[in-house]
Amino acid sequence: MTARIGVVTFPGTLDDQDALRAARLAGAEPVSLWHRDKDLKQVDAVVLAGGFSYGDYLRAGAISRFSPVMESIIEQAKAGMPVLGICNGFQVLTEAHLLPGAMLRNNHLHFICRDQKLRVENAETAWTADYEQGQEISVPLKNMDGRYVADERTLDELEAEGRVAFRYLDMNPNGSLRDIAGVTNAAGNVVGLMPHPEHAVEPLIGTGGTDGLGFFTSILKKLVNA
Amino acid sequence: MLKPEILDPQGQAVQRALPRLGFDGIADVRQGKRFELEVEGPVDDAALARIHEMAETFLANTVIEDFTVKVES
Repeated sequence: MTARIGVVTFPGTLDDQDALRAARLAGAEPVSLWHRDKDLKQVDAVVLAGGFSYGDYLRAGAISRFSPVMESIIEQAKAGMPVLGICNGFQVLTEAHLLPGAMLRNNHLHFICRDQKLRVENAETAWTADYEQGQEISVPLKNMDGRYVADERTLDELEAEGRVAFRYLDMNPNGSLRDIAGVTNAAGNVVGLMPHPEHAVEPLIGTGGTDGLGFFTSILKKLVNA
Repeated sequence: MLKPEILDPQGQAVQRALPRLGFDGIADVRQGKRFELEVEGPVDDAALARIHEMAETFLANTVIEDFTVKVES
């Protein structure tokens, strides 16, 4: 039996179909989850995909964080279920306090869309085990509110504990503090990042590479071996 | 309001536009948000406490923002 990876659709989610497809390409059984249902349909892991949930009103991710499905996800994530938040999903995870810090408007105030180079700083999380420590990957980046901030003490803590999971290489696209592109919780089961690995899983589209597939094969290996 | 130590590019963009419009002498601009809540019933201590809780858990993200609650009639 293969692992079931759930992908949540909020009103305004855009990348749920890509995330479901990435899960399937990695060999998992993709399962659609609806924001209004508390039921997680017995999935083994959850992906919060990119988009503009609730139109990013109030703050990006602030309203979806209080949806029924998030109640279940927060509870399960605290119990160890792997959760990956991509872009808007990362914003939801910080608003839910499953990950530290907050996401703000890009420092240049423009929407940005480009292929972005990243360094995998932590290859021991549930979602990065198929990468090498320090590996450089290229995945698409597209966001308006991608500037990661946290207070100095939190940043120092994250660095000391190896919880900066990804860092921007070559350029910092949004003014994120210490070039942080993604972080993990202490247990390593909850990971969030701004760039989009689910858009780099097939040679035909996205960056033309498959650097993003490792997220989905990582979690699959972890779940199948568990 | 964004906390003082948080970079506010929206406020900076506004500040840079001011001299172009002929408004000189503004050293800094910070941009914030305002919510107007209409309360059912009396605005007593209990209602204010609930609104404070609402602001803290939902309306503001206290990782990056400060907030104040004011009563107006």
